[in-house]
Amino acid sequence: MIAPSAYLLLSAILFGIGVVGVVARKNILIILMSVELMLNGVNVAFVAAGSYLGDTAGGVFAFMVMTVAAAEAAVGLALLIALYRLKETIDITELKVLKW
Amino acid sequence: METVLFILFGAIAVCGAIMVVTRKSPMASALYLILTLFAVAALFVLRQAHFLAAIQVIVYAGAVVVLFVFVIMLINVPEDRLPVERATTTRVLGVIAAGFFVLESAVLARRYWMPKGPAAEVGTVEAVGRALFTDYLLAFEITSVLLLAAVIGAIALAKRKT
Repeated sequence: MIAPSAYLLLSAILFGIGVVGVVARKNILIILMSVELMLNGVNVAFVAAGSYLGDTAGGVFAFMVMTVAAAEAAVGLALLIALYRLKETIDITELKVLKW
Repeated sequence: METVLFILFGAIAVCGAIMVVTRKSPMASALYLILTLFAVAALFVLRQAHFLAAIQVIVYAGAVVVLFVFVIMLINVPEDRLPVERATTTRVLGVIAAGFFVLESAVLARRYWMPKGPAAEVGTVEAVGRALFTDYLLAFEITSVLLLAAVIGAIALAKRKT
């Protein structure tokens, strides 16, 4: 029997690695993949909590998170394609037209 | 046995995740992302969440990562045009910030033990299906609106102006 906190810790580690990817990289593709990693880390916590507490809400919310992740990937990658056509770059530091 | 499998797949997931954020080439990152997602699917199976494990493989590894691979190949950024990464100081600060987050979560996870409820099978097709179409029917239906918005948004954004 694995302690529930082991799953929560693993979930936090996956989320933390995703955070590193978002703050430390400049490549938009890898930043989007890091966001997927963060959402997946959250899913681990949802599924573990649902199964340890005997509540189906954990599984249902993991399902919702997956839906949101799929939608986010589709819109994010479409934005990336539109930006690449315009700017010919995937470096986020180059994309600052909305900054001021 | 369960502990061995948990440690094995947990280690694969964490190593894959580290490779995703450290590889220079986006294609290598996408392939390591598939590795991590499969390991997480195996962890779902360990928690008896068979339906979610299958969805994880089909939707994430099968659809989302394939979408990523498609876009990587479509825009096909040459090796020398990949962005120059941030300074080492920035990267170290990012790792420290995330490390603090993980430490805090570890302390909280140790402090608030989840009560060991009945070992119900909450992630099987039957359990998730029943919950989705009874208690969470409205949320499930709204999900379809979200997906429709995502489809329309993606097409409108990626379409070439004629």
